[in-house]
Amino acid sequence: MNNFDYGAAAELKDAFIQVNENAANAFLAGGTNLIDLLKYNLVKAEKLVDINPLPDYHGIEETSDGKVRLGALLTNADTAYHPLIETNYPLLSRAILAGASAQIRNMATNGGNLLQRTRCYYFYDANVPCNKRNPGSGCSAIPGYNRTMAILGTSEYCIAVFPSDMCVALAALDATVDVSSAEGNRSIAFADFHRLPGNTPHLDNNLQHGELITGITLPKKGFEKNYSYLKLRDRNSYAFALVSVATALDLDGDRIKEARIALGGVAHRPWRVKEAEDLLQNQTATRENFAAAADLILKGAKGFEHNSFKIELAKRAIIRNCMMALHPESQMPGAQPSA
Amino acid sequence: MNSELDLKPAAVFTSKTRQITLNINGISRGLEVLPYVTLLDALREYLDLTGTKKGCDHGQCGACTVICDDKRILSCLSLAVAKDGAEITTIEGVSTGNDLHPLQQAFIDHDAFQCGYCTPGQICSAIGMLSEGKAKTRADVKELMSGNLCRCGANMSIIDAIMEVKDGGGHE
Ligand SMILES: Cc1cc2nc3c(=O)[nH]c(=O)nc-3n(C[C@H](O)[C@H](O)[C@H](O)COP(=O)(O)OP(=O)(O)OC[C@H]3O[C@@H](n4cnc5c(N)ncnc54)[C@H](O)[C@@H]3O)c2cc1C
Ligand code: SF4
Ligand code: FES
Ligand code: FES
Repeated sequence: MNNFDYGAAAELKDAFIQVNENAANAFLAGGTNLIDLLKYNLVKAEKLVDINPLPDYHGIEETSDGKVRLGALLTNADTAYHPLIETNYPLLSRAILAGASAQIRNMATNGGNLLQRTRCYYFYDANVPCNKRNPGSGCSAIPGYNRTMAILGTSEYCIAVFPSDMCVALAALDATVDVSSAEGNRSIAFADFHRLPGNTPHLDNNLQHGELITGITLPKKGFEKNYSYLKLRDRNSYAFALVSVATALDLDGDRIKEARIALGGVAHRPWRVKEAEDLLQNQTATRENFAAAADLILKGAKGFEHNSFKIELAKRAIIRNCMMALHPESQMPGAQPSA
Repeated sequence: MNSELDLKPAAVFTSKTRQITLNINGISRGLEVLPYVTLLDALREYLDLTGTKKGCDHGQCGACTVICDDKRILSCLSLAVAKDGAEITTIEGVSTGNDLHPLQQAFIDHDAFQCGYCTPGQICSAIGMLSEGKAKTRADVKELMSGNLCRCGANMSIIDAIMEVKDGGGHE
């Protein structure tokens, strides 16, 4: 860890002044990703601007038009266990609680979760080439051990996955990200927030330096009746997803009025395919119809030497999770498969 | 650190130490730390509270778990300067005089450790979990304690010990 400077920001204006002093200044929220990366010297910061003392963005509020805004500084645990989220957006609760550990969820913030970096092992090994860490140096994962890497939306420059669970649910729910900077405010649709690697894999998302995430807005529709989050991994808890699926269904009897399916662990951002969701519209909620949607979602998936198994795993996980969404009460702790 | 390295402190260390106060186990402790000192290192290296353990130093094992402002957190991923003024409970502070905390007693009764290295983190984490009140079943307890690894494999006994305290109501 380099010996950075530290400044607590008690006011929004002060946070912007401090972060803009130097391009290598960074906001500090829960620290669960940033401190780790600093310890490995993968990130160097001149100064950490602690945003936890900011008076706002620590709560959850209902807006006048029926939406719900999650404060960026609220912890993942307090979000998942908030009565409004448990009741109206249980898919989000389930996804958050499937991530990391209880201690980490007590520290991690909603804003920080969106900005966590990949867990690609070569990104974490400063001795080998990595286009994300050191643009232009090459990708070690493509010819290397790529079992955990992406199967969708990859480029010849990077095949890393974005590891968040929470964001898979946020993608399915069509959330928006609220951002402020010294220049003003803007909102970013969730689908436009994270990027594909293309030839700029060093950019994970479209947030600019000096921009602060202040909140995440959820549309009114929470799919609280039929939802499920399934997370498949090498151990049943406290591990990142090989494949995860968030399913949200709006049903009229066994007819699907609307379906949302988002995948995690398979791409550089949460993955949704509109045609597959459209295909399910007005269909009955059967294994066969979900299988057809799964095929469409994985159409164009490309495996590498060690991760081709993810293609079939993702298809089966989609079908399984859509069936689980028909009986959300049977869900298991840790988003494990239920019967 | 290798003393033979030709370190140039003025060039390497650009930042200054800060005076902070931590309320640890009910006692207010002042200390002077550089911004990059973690809460874990502040406890162990500056305050000689070595009960809290460093396993991985990267958030992956839970050995460094402490209770900070009533929540279980990882001290290895927390900066001491960011915890200025916080109330912290470490394993040294969970008993009342010579009376062990019910979880400490249950860990002994259930043989819930071998080497004991993960134990302070396990107990602080279990105290945090019980006060969060989200675990209803044994499966919930296993899931909500998964952030604490035990290399000796005492996990089943650890869950037994926690279940006894949870169901026995011996916890305040
Ligand atoms: C061992 C381990 C296991 C984990 N397992 C999982 C898992 O299974 N699933 C999962 O989803 N996650 C997992 N995580 C990741 C964890 O969820 C993230 O580290 C966490 O959400 C990051 O939030 P934070 O508040 O700690 O961010 P920080 O570490 O404080 O910040 C991360 C980045 O975001 C920036 N930032 C933070 N807040 C803002 C803001 N409001 N505006 C602008 N910039 C900001 C910081 O400058 C930094 O660059 C795991 C982490 C660890 C250490
Ligand atoms: S997959 Fe991306 S993050 Fe991993 S080594 Fe290649 S360029 Fe780096
Ligand atoms: S030492 Fe903190 S989690 Fe391992
Ligand atoms: S008792 Fe040895 S690591 Fe748990």
